[in-house]
Amino acid sequence: MKNRIYRIVLAAAVWLAGIIGNSIIKIMPGWMSFLLYLTSYVIIGRDIFLKAVRNIKNGNVFDENFLMSIAAIGAFIIGEYAEGAAVMLFYQTGEFFQDYAVDKSRKSIADLMDIRPEFANVKAGSELIEKDPEDVMPGDIILIKAGERVPLDGRVLEGSSLLDTSSLTGESVPREVQPGSEILSGCINLTGTLTVEVTREYGESTVSRILDLVENATDKKSGSERFITRFARYYTPVVVIIAVFLALIPPLVIKGAAFSDWFYRSLSFLVVACPCALVISVPLSFFGGIGGASSRGVLVKGGNYLEALAQVDGIVFDKTGTLTKGVFKIQDIQPTQHQGRTKEEILELSAYAEHFSNHPISLSLKEEYGREIDASRISEMEELPGHGVRAVVDGKVILAGNDKLMAENNIYYPPADAARTLVYVAVDGEYAGFIRIDDEIKEDSYKAIKDLKKVGIRKAVMLTGDRKSAAEKVSRELGLDQVFAELLPDGKLEKLEELLKESPPKSRLAFAGDGINDAPALTRADVGIAMGGLGSDAAIEAADIVLMTDEPSKIATAVRIAKKTLRIAWQNIYLAISIKVLVLLLSAFGITSLWAAIFADVGVTIIAVLNSLRALYVKNL
Amino acid sequence: MTEKFRLKGLGCAACAAKMEDAICKLDGVKSATVNFMTAKLTIEGEDEKMPAIIQEAERLIKKLEPDVVMKKA
Repeated sequence: MKNRIYRIVLAAAVWLAGIIGNSIIKIMPGWMSFLLYLTSYVIIGRDIFLKAVRNIKNGNVFDENFLMSIAAIGAFIIGEYAEGAAVMLFYQTGEFFQDYAVDKSRKSIADLMDIRPEFANVKAGSELIEKDPEDVMPGDIILIKAGERVPLDGRVLEGSSLLDTSSLTGESVPREVQPGSEILSGCINLTGTLTVEVTREYGESTVSRILDLVENATDKKSGSERFITRFARYYTPVVVIIAVFLALIPPLVIKGAAFSDWFYRSLSFLVVACPCALVISVPLSFFGGIGGASSRGVLVKGGNYLEALAQVDGIVFDKTGTLTKGVFKIQDIQPTQHQGRTKEEILELSAYAEHFSNHPISLSLKEEYGREIDASRISEMEELPGHGVRAVVDGKVILAGNDKLMAENNIYYPPADAARTLVYVAVDGEYAGFIRIDDEIKEDSYKAIKDLKKVGIRKAVMLTGDRKSAAEKVSRELGLDQVFAELLPDGKLEKLEELLKESPPKSRLAFAGDGINDAPALTRADVGIAMGGLGSDAAIEAADIVLMTDEPSKIATAVRIAKKTLRIAWQNIYLAISIKVLVLLLSAFGITSLWAAIFADVGVTIIAVLNSLRALYVKNL
Repeated sequence: MTEKFRLKGLGCAACAAKMEDAICKLDGVKSATVNFMTAKLTIEGEDEKMPAIIQEAERLIKKLEPDVVMKKA
């Protein structure tokens, strides 16, 4: 790197001496300035020329080394020594900037991804053994001291501490953990010592999944990247062929045309024919955008998804866990008078009935009940999706679920406050009471919907299996445009497909969800967005974009980053193509000199590369 | 099966595109991507043809950018 700078500076100094001596103070004899230019050319252009020769031997003709060498030598042949040396000098300067920028953005992504844990302290009896995280098994007990990185996903057994989760989530406020908390690998333990039981092996742990995701993200190329590589494939040969015609045909056809004039013009073509400015600036922009997004806790699985996200105009949300916290709280228990059961009995019966269910509502019932469940008391259990459960507990048939379940079993129940989520409980075919449950709206959801409208999302839709009135209440509070309630699990996918059909042909529809049963919808939508913290592995796997913080407002951030990235990529495409075409036209008519061609190649590369680096800076988006 | 390689010293984006193009056309290759930014090559191809594909890919890369070293990742 340093060596290259010296060479560029030295060659530039020699070249400047020639320019000053010959053209500005005009005291230097022609042969002397020729020698200076030639020296400059040899210093800076030698390796380019050698590369060109080597590549021709390998059967690669139209590469940039060859084009630049020919242009420079051609300029020398027709006596334009200063310009000949300048072609090489500026070309090398441009390459230097380009490499610097590529290096810098490669590094800043690497820093961002510098979350790989080095070691794990594994407890073996009273001893601590330092092991490679890859050799630690689930079930092993590890010790994490203050200042160390959490090496594997696990559950805290002893100790409490603060965790810095910023490298995973972009969230700067440390998280408190105590015994029982689940912790994710890649976080940094800030204050206390933690004893942790490992729950996932290294390959499955959060840190290696994130690293994989981001490393592979730029493999999926966006439409604009593909466009530009396709363009470059034809562009270079076409321009070179025109250059050859330009040098040969006009001097033969036009009377009095000097060969050297047309030859000079064709040299400009060769310089401009280099495809690199185009080919590098677009992927560099996407790389920056994806890197910038991950620093904000948004993992994008490919440039194509970033591109699709920029065109999204409708978002379909799953309600539970996405817009709401997904943690149900029991608000109230109301037994009927004439059965004479207590609140505790109703809760106990429902907790037993729902024992084998993993539905968020079941989990909250069991948590509220709080005591060990004696599974031998349950003799039958059946889950009825979209309705509830039917179980036999202590020989009694228990039905626990929504109004549909009651209606279908011909049980009389008093319709209660409609805008709430209710679990009705019936014992042996008779209504026994209801439990009122609420799922709180995430505070962030209000901001999310507002921000999404600001970034141009036309339509925000919510899908839920919940009762209509409860869903409408949430929808009203958040200001959603449309809501579809009381959907069975597979109904979500159907609705999404309907919405996809309805949406205008050029617009994209995103789906945001977190559950296992959201996976098909995440795959089917134009852009699938999963909640990475709460979300199930299946959802994260199926999604195109993962939000590490579970904050829906990050979708708006992601859209802004996507739009900025796309804007930069297309600015680069327009800038590079239009300047190149303009210079080609002007030099074909002899209006500009080789200087303009050098700018059209090197100058444009530098501008485009600097422009694409902007995509990395997304702090305020 | 899918194999991944690091391309140490990959410096020219246009060459990366050419490599990708050339490797994609090899017999038995289902898909190939050269990621210029992460300097990585991913080849997905038929199992039994994989050794030949890798050898051929290495030759193509050497031809397009002689300074690049291809290493299994």
